[in-house]
Amino acid sequence: MYDSVIIGAGPAGISAALYLKRANKNVLVLYHGESQLEKAHLIDNYYGFPGGISGKDLYNNGIKQAQNLGVEVKEEEVINLSFNGPLDFSIKTLNNEYKSKTIIIATGNKKLRPNIKGIVDFEGKGISYCAICDGFFYRKKKVAVIGNSNYALSEAEDLHNVTSDITILTNGESFDLKSEFPVDTRKIVEVGGEEKIQYVLFDDGSKMELNGIFIALGTAGGADFAKKLGVMMNKDSIEVNENMKTNINGIYACGNLTGGLLQVNKAVYEGALAGLDIVKYLKEQEV
Amino acid sequence: MSVIKLSEKNFDEVINNDKVLVDFYADWCGPCKMQSPIVDNIADEHPEIKVGKLNIDDEMDIAEKYGIVSIPTLLVFKNGQPVGKFVGLTRKEEILGAIE
Repeated sequence: MYDSVIIGAGPAGISAALYLKRANKNVLVLYHGESQLEKAHLIDNYYGFPGGISGKDLYNNGIKQAQNLGVEVKEEEVINLSFNGPLDFSIKTLNNEYKSKTIIIATGNKKLRPNIKGIVDFEGKGISYCAICDGFFYRKKKVAVIGNSNYALSEAEDLHNVTSDITILTNGESFDLKSEFPVDTRKIVEVGGEEKIQYVLFDDGSKMELNGIFIALGTAGGADFAKKLGVMMNKDSIEVNENMKTNINGIYACGNLTGGLLQVNKAVYEGALAGLDIVKYLKEQEV
Repeated sequence: MSVIKLSEKNFDEVINNDKVLVDFYADWCGPCKMQSPIVDNIADEHPEIKVGKLNIDDEMDIAEKYGIVSIPTLLVFKNGQPVGKFVGLTRKEEILGAIE
């Protein structure tokens, strides 16, 4: 059982890890895929780097710094988080499952919605972002998952408990994984229907009729997990208090996915706040 | 006022009031667990609003009748007619805004 599992190894996640580790907490940092920071050619407005530093170097330095302090940092794709009770969270990755007393979500911001005509109009009318919550309504019906990664496969597997008619739609993206479900890589022009969702229209003009669409774009990000757990969101951002705590005890969020300034300094600051508040929170719970 | 447990037996009677809020939920749904205390709080603070919860596992027919395909969903009724709908975890202020 970890004191805290941090998802995301960018400036917010690593900063939180440093504060937690220095307070002798048992911390694990999980990351997957490219950080937004890594893509930044040059960071020229961050304290202490005359001439600037490349985003990639700053990112790698952060991870190295945490590892030097003894923080465990692992590259593993998180596919699900669950809340079992106070101080008891499970973090499921592709190959492992970890237990932790607290969770920090620091995965950066990610677009939840694909840019397809009709998606927003049919949210709650057949468009869903949570297979485990809404799969129940699609017993023996025809559904699709929009996505092209392990996250899409994991959502499809959840749906497999209620229906066998599941297609993965990649919306023009490639699909490189092994799938027991049919995969359709055509680009989607529109989704629509009358009261509820009824069809997907592809760019070759053909239609696929269905009853439900589950959205699972790219790698599962903080906002995806947050939606499933019941973390209060403000559009695609996670809502936090002044100490980076969400509405669920033990779940914190920091960095780009809390909205506001998309800057390294803000992410570092928020990571520090989250780390310090967890130290305080765990102490209060010890009684 | 306390929250009313809704079923096929009392549903029509309860929604036939001036201000009614119904929470469609299931025990296994994470966001429903976070929505629940918000709904309880509205019931406590607003005795003029009839607040009910409907477990979709037990009362699927009612959920189907109102086109519920995602939970939590909150429906606002006025004299038996649905006049407002919130899908997904929703803040107290937003809910109250639709009822008042």
